[in-house]
Amino acid sequence: MADVALQPDRVGTAQPARKRSSLQKALKRKSTAAFLMTLPLIILIALLVLYPAFYSLHLATLNKSMQRFVGLGNFEFLFKRDTFWLVVKQSCIFAITAVFFKALIGFIVAHFVHNIPAKGQRKWRGMLLVPWVIPPAMSTLAWLWLFDPSYSAFNYTLSFFGIGPIPWTGDAAWARFSVILVNVWYGAPFFMIMYLASLKSVPEQLYEAAAIDGANWWQRIWYVTLPMMRNIIAITTLFSLIVTFANFDIVRILTAGGPLDHTHIFATWAFRIGIEGSDIPLGASVSLFMVPILAVAAIFILRDVNKRGNEA
Amino acid sequence: MSSVTIDKAAPTRTVKYGSMSRDRKWALRWSYFFLTLFAIFSLLPPIYMLITSLKSSAEISAATNPWWVFHPTLENYVGLLTSNQFLRFFWNSALVSIFVVTITMLISVPAAFALARMRFWGSATLATGVFLTYLIPDSLLFIPLFKVFALFGDWTGIQLINRWYVLLFIYPTLTVPFCTWIMIGYFASIPKELDEAAIIDGASWFQTLTRIFIPVALPGLIAATIFAFTVSWAQFLYPLVFTTSTDQLVLPVGIITTLIKGDVFNWGQIMTGALLGAAPPLIIYAFLMDYYIAGLTAGATKG
Repeated sequence: MADVALQPDRVGTAQPARKRSSLQKALKRKSTAAFLMTLPLIILIALLVLYPAFYSLHLATLNKSMQRFVGLGNFEFLFKRDTFWLVVKQSCIFAITAVFFKALIGFIVAHFVHNIPAKGQRKWRGMLLVPWVIPPAMSTLAWLWLFDPSYSAFNYTLSFFGIGPIPWTGDAAWARFSVILVNVWYGAPFFMIMYLASLKSVPEQLYEAAAIDGANWWQRIWYVTLPMMRNIIAITTLFSLIVTFANFDIVRILTAGGPLDHTHIFATWAFRIGIEGSDIPLGASVSLFMVPILAVAAIFILRDVNKRGNEA
Repeated sequence: MSSVTIDKAAPTRTVKYGSMSRDRKWALRWSYFFLTLFAIFSLLPPIYMLITSLKSSAEISAATNPWWVFHPTLENYVGLLTSNQFLRFFWNSALVSIFVVTITMLISVPAAFALARMRFWGSATLATGVFLTYLIPDSLLFIPLFKVFALFGDWTGIQLINRWYVLLFIYPTLTVPFCTWIMIGYFASIPKELDEAAIIDGASWFQTLTRIFIPVALPGLIAATIFAFTVSWAQFLYPLVFTTSTDQLVLPVGIITTLIKGDVFNWGQIMTGALLGAAPPLIIYAFLMDYYIAGLTAGATKG
């Protein structure tokens, strides 16, 4: 048995080896051509991604006028400021809450879309994905107008139910709620599409088997759907965590960090300090705080992507 | 004992089975009900944009029902589409997006072909590196990039900051890694026999790419193009940092910096501008939804 299995294998390895020696020259040409084809990509990544990334490490060690080396002075300064800790706290609250609700709503909506007859699904999917298609800067303007302090259409509607005018962006707690709401509105469709794609790939037989065993809907979700979707849930959540953590547009347009810096996240605060306050080194130090979280998420994504690659 | 339980279980089961189709009908009704709710939630801001864009400023500041247009008017559209400034933003956005899409495709398609088919020293590492670059967000790079371009201006005397074309250098950092990544996935799924046959017939590597790979992977190419266009059309942070003069602004930044004057919000025009700015991606999406979704899911599922 083993011999039979080994035989074609040996033939398989021997032949290309002989071929390879005769094609040595062509191979050499091939690798040169390949290198030239990837050269623009390498230059782009090296000059405009890697170099700035390392340059920001250097920037973070300079003083405001960028003439003197201050070591970790910028970080020391940040640690002593209350606003910085407010930003750290808000970034974590913002990213974790928003990603959680995006994932939850995406999961629920994906099930509803999956539930209805196949020929109607396209229409619903098309409507539900619209928030993801509109540039976030544009749609956030619409939200800003919906939240307007004096002409808020939400408050107008709520007043019929006897609910008093809500300070959507004026009060710290409500402003935090509002930025998360807009982010969930924008990001949930992405989860919905990803989950829908993976729901379709779960074999129907598994549900039939579960139904025969007398599983109720909750057990079907818990023991069949979730394990089958685990990988895609993990990847989507990590992706979204990165994007949400690094979000800029929504917070910038909706509250610009206010009221009293309570909704600033790393990106908007770095912009406020680095570009508007023209303290580039301090701004660079602020944005560097995103790196650890991004790195952890990236490592996990890479592991999952590689695992998927091996399975395929 | 056990026979009793079976007896008991049998009728309840059949009863349950009989109600299954009714259960399904109710499940379906609930699905439609909740989907309608979610659809309203999703479409609320764009619909409200449209409602507001059809109102005159007088109607907006009057405390009438905000959800209804009593005196529809196109004055906001006329006002914006005849304003040179707004047309300039639109033109800048279109120019930047078209150039960025072209640059992105010229860089990422050959690179993806080389990484998918021509193994060379470091090619696997480079493919992983491309993917990692895609995970680096714009909000991490804007400060050092700003400084890099400022220094470049000081050294060479070529001032790029506050010119719309500086964006042509910067946007590819967002689009190229993702497009390369999904094109690697599409190219890798093409059977090896196809390009072997082409090579045997005497095609060069370049011909294999243009005659075999690009036509076969056309759906992937369209998805990547749509992605590059949407990203460059929607980008907000980089133009906000790099451009300040009103004749150099792109649409999202232009609307926010020129239509909001201090505390005065001209909401009718802002909503009209936002709707017009959202129109190109929405139109592309309406016609090419399947490619759009293919590109969206490919990022995380192709590996």
